[in-house]
This record gives sequence, C-alpha cells and structure tokens, in this order.
Amino acid sequence: MSMIPHPVVSILVTILWMVLTGFSTGQLVLGVLVGLIAGVGYGRLATDRVRLRRPGMMLRLAGRVALDIIQSNYNVAALILHDRRRHRRKSGFVRIPLDLTNRNALATLAIIVTSTPGTAWIDLDPDDNHLLLHVFDLKDEDDWAHTIKTRYEPLLMEIFR
Amino acid sequence: MTHLEQLPPSVALIIAAFVALGSILTLIGALGLIRLGNFYDRLHAPTLATSWGAGGILLGSVMMFSTLGSRLVVPELFLGLMMLVTTPVTLMVLGRAALHRDRAEGRAPYDTLPLSKK
Repeated sequence: MSMIPHPVVSILVTILWMVLTGFSTGQLVLGVLVGLIAGVGYGRLATDRVRLRRPGMMLRLAGRVALDIIQSNYNVAALILHDRRRHRRKSGFVRIPLDLTNRNALATLAIIVTSTPGTAWIDLDPDDNHLLLHVFDLKDEDDWAHTIKTRYEPLLMEIFR
Repeated sequence: MTHLEQLPPSVALIIAAFVALGSILTLIGALGLIRLGNFYDRLHAPTLATSWGAGGILLGSVMMFSTLGSRLVVPELFLGLMMLVTTPVTLMVLGRAALHRDRAEGRAPYDTLPLSKK
C-alpha cells in the first residue's frame, strides 16, 4: 500500500483542518498528518478509488440539485403548514429500478435524494438494484422514477464512469 | 457590535432576508417533526433545516463577512458541505431501521416488499 492511498480525501481533510483551526505552519503539519491518516482509514473502509474527472458535469449536477432543493423546500414547507386544511396528502413508497452500480455514485445519489425534502432514500434491494424511496407527497409514482432516472442518473453515470 | 455599523443598509437587508428565510425554514422543519403523523413522514421534516434552512443562514454569513472583508468564506462552505453530507447518513440509518422493524413485525406496507417476496 502506498503512503497516500487516497490523495483527494487527504487533501480535503487537510484543507478542512486548516479552515477550522487557522492557518499556521504547525497546524499545516498537523493537518497533513490527519489528512494522511484519514486517507488510510478511508482506504480500509472503501476499496474503490474516488475519481473526480468531470468537473463541468459535477457543477451541473450541483446546480440542478440546489434548484431542486429550493423547489422541494417550498413544497414541503407549504405542506407542513397546510397539512390538515388543504387536500389530503398521501405519502408512500416508490420502487425505482436503478442502472447505477458504482458504490460512490449510489452514495452520492442517496445524499442527493435524502437531503432533498420530500424524498428519502430508505433501502436499496441488492438482488435487483431497486431503490426504495419514500415520498412525502405522492401523486404519481412514475413521476419520481422519471425525475431520478432523467435528472440525476445520467449525470452520475458520467461522473463516476 | 461595531462591525455591524460598517454594513451598507442595502446589504444588511439582504443578509437579514437570508437569515430570516433560513431560520423560518428551520422552524417549519421543527414544526413538521411535531405535527406529522408517522415515522416515515417525519423523516422529511428535518431536511428543511439541513438544506436551505442552514443554506440561508450560511449565505447570510458569507455575504456579511465578505462585505466586511474580514475573512474568507471557506468555513461556511465547509459547514454547508458537512451538513449536506452527514445528515442523510443519519436519516438513512433511521429509515432503514424503521423498515427493518416493520418487516420483522410483519407491518411493512405492501409496496415496500422486495420483488422476490411478492
């Protein structure tokens, strides 16, 4: 095993350390040390390397997610405030077949879906790679499958190819 | 609060709007946690606070300190990133635990069953 198994992770942790503690030579030494240990630790947990190769695609994905989260924040906030008076909201589960198999890509999708109010990643069925999604305001099941399959999955496939 | 006086009123208004938006969203999220009827529904409420609830407050902070020019905006970026990345982990663990228990006790809703068990 090389000294720096996961350079991206190590660099990020070092920067995080520097930001949180303040910039000085002593903290830099400590930060690099912590970064290296974190890299080794990450290597023990996950075997596949993180490759960040398509910065443009990542920016597009981040922008898309930020916009979607604004929209769903508004929707869920409105639903919580008007829950009993307005229409009867029905929440429920949706099963969505996924083509993504890369573990890092799946983890990213899980973060996107869960941090978006209104949708929560509950489970991934390892047998047939179906995602079990809980939807706060369930109107049309196919709609959610469509959103995930067209808005997020192709971009994630490109980024984590 | 000397540094607040250096802020131009227009910028101060925008910052106040961001912070107010963020804290209102966080409050609504907390309200949802109380009002919503079942566990899976309640999973959605705190994400209001951890997405744009925190985002609004952090954006206000970024604007304030970059207008005053006193320090970099990097800490806010990291705070936001860490909130965004770590809370889903907790929520997923909770959601899966709930589903696992529902399945074990035979209470799982029909549409959550794996295809092989239908």
